[in-house]
Amino acid sequence: MEMVCIACPNGCRLNIEKNEDGTLLVTGNKCPKGIVFANEEILAPKRSVCTTVRTTYKKLPVVPVRTDGEIPKEKIFDFVEETKKIVLDRPYAFQESVIENLFGLGINVVCSVDMNRLVGE
Amino acid sequence: MYDVVVIGGGPSGLAAAVEAKKEGASVLIIEREAMLGGILKQCIHDGFGLIRFGKKLSGPEYAELYIKEVKDLEIETRLQTFVTSIKKSQEGFEIIVTSSKGMSTIVAKTIILSTGCRERTARQVFIHGTRPVGVYTAGTAQNFVNHMGYLPVKKCVILGSGDIGLIMARRLTLEGAKVLGVYEIKCTPSGLTRNIHQCLKDFDIPLYLSYTVTRVFGEPRLTGIEVAEVDQFMRVKPGTEKYIECDGLILSVGLIPENELAETIGVKIDPKTKGPEVNEKMMTSVEGVFSCGNALHVHDLVDYVSEGSATAGKNAAKYVGTKENEANVSSEGMLSLVPQRITEGEHEIIFYFRTLCDRKKATLTITVNGNEENKIVKKYTNLLPPEMERVKLKLNVKGGDKVHFKLEGE
Ligand SMILES: Cc1cc2nc3c(=O)[nH]c(=O)nc-3n(C[C@H](O)[C@H](O)[C@H](O)COP(=O)(O)OP(=O)(O)OC[C@H]3O[C@@H](n4cnc5c(N)ncnc54)[C@H](O)[C@@H]3O)c2cc1C
Ligand code: SF4
Repeated sequence: MEMVCIACPNGCRLNIEKNEDGTLLVTGNKCPKGIVFANEEILAPKRSVCTTVRTTYKKLPVVPVRTDGEIPKEKIFDFVEETKKIVLDRPYAFQESVIENLFGLGINVVCSVDMNRLVGE
Repeated sequence: MYDVVVIGGGPSGLAAAVEAKKEGASVLIIEREAMLGGILKQCIHDGFGLIRFGKKLSGPEYAELYIKEVKDLEIETRLQTFVTSIKKSQEGFEIIVTSSKGMSTIVAKTIILSTGCRERTARQVFIHGTRPVGVYTAGTAQNFVNHMGYLPVKKCVILGSGDIGLIMARRLTLEGAKVLGVYEIKCTPSGLTRNIHQCLKDFDIPLYLSYTVTRVFGEPRLTGIEVAEVDQFMRVKPGTEKYIECDGLILSVGLIPENELAETIGVKIDPKTKGPEVNEKMMTSVEGVFSCGNALHVHDLVDYVSEGSATAGKNAAKYVGTKENEANVSSEGMLSLVPQRITEGEHEIIFYFRTLCDRKKATLTITVNGNEENKIVKKYTNLLPPEMERVKLKLNVKGGDKVHFKLEGE
């Protein structure tokens, strides 16, 4: 099987075969992260996700946020739904959590900008 | 009078300013928008900074780290100030700016042009029909969604498989729009392979290669488009036209370095990169004028933007005004190669290049004045035109030398 590693911009083309003991034989990866990626992608694919959330500031209708780690691929749309439920009514700091422990996954959703700087500027 | 005036406060200008300031220069950043950060402000997706900071950051976060450095170093900035023209003067340059306070002149010893790039628009690609609302460049759509929090389309088609288009296919899908497909006129995608995977395949968005949009319908609002298959010469194959009902057409048909200002002071432009020709110090053909970032050549990774821009900043700060002898750099088998000139002496230089075509295995040979004995040879696998390569070389050249880069392989 072939797949593309998306763990870094190199985008290595991975070739994956099954060893006799069931483990995966990965080739084509320029670094060890490619092997981890291939295994996860086959068992339980995960992605980090970026979106925006609304604020009460006229100057900043929305601010960018992202998950501070990867979440299961099938949870992507649930995550976006969750972010639509909140409105930020105070200036959040750079990388401050706007949602903690998303879906109990141990992942936080963090603010990508320093809202204090943007509200003040 | 400033030692260095940086025009454009995107990641390129920020990195250049930080480096120039660290060299002890007096620095001013001029930015036309209300905030620093350039295009990164709206690139909310992650994938930035893996090389520069060793972690995956979103565009705004990457910019924030540099903006913090600019603030910590107390670098002067003028926001909402637009540079309209530049003139050469006795001590350096006169920069004419307009802002809410009116027109004024700023004087500088050296200038760094970090004005970024602009997107090709519908006018630059040939499409028949009306000019309805609902046709946007990918960057404009990105600004609507990520900056203004407004979804401009409900059901759309993307023309062109550039990275911004791919990123927007995913973004619009997440925001609830239906992306019917990405249509690319070439037989290979223009964007990074990883973006084809994480932006299209992850969301089952189809990619149609060797297809183009031939017609748009609707007035005042877009109601549909016509797509058609093209042959190897990019001519429409008669009878393959198909109507698609949609309210949005997003164009991701390429970026062009923004160099209107550069041209006003006679900077020589490289027809391959569409940006200024520079030496390894990032100085253009006009003494004291430096160029970096997307204004110099369109980058796919901001990390390399920062790297090259820091070089520009450092050298602008060190600039003393003595003209140096230079060797010329030429290339073969490449879409572009930067820098195009090298000053006399021995240096370690980072070159950035793009292959002309897909190459599974490639060999890069570098010769000076055709001397085969001292040639440098580098091997590559899987080179693709959308992915810029970086190579660090130690070269010792004299003025007038001819340095040739030859890239070959299938
Ligand atoms: C939409 C998009 C998506 C991208 N995605 C990725 C990605 O996923 N990963 C990655 O690593 N890289 C990505 N890139 C590439 C990277 O973001 C760019 O290469 C980088 O932002 C370029 O920086 P810059 O400073 O050269 O240009 P810009 O960010 O465009 O900054 C130029 C600045 O100059 C200002 N300016 C221009 N003219 C004037 C004037 N006359 N007077 C005053 N100010 C002026 C502009 O307002 C702007 O702020 C993306 C680029 C784009 C366009
Ligand atoms: S294998 Fe390593 S180098 Fe290759 S894309 Fe994955 S993370 Fe990047």
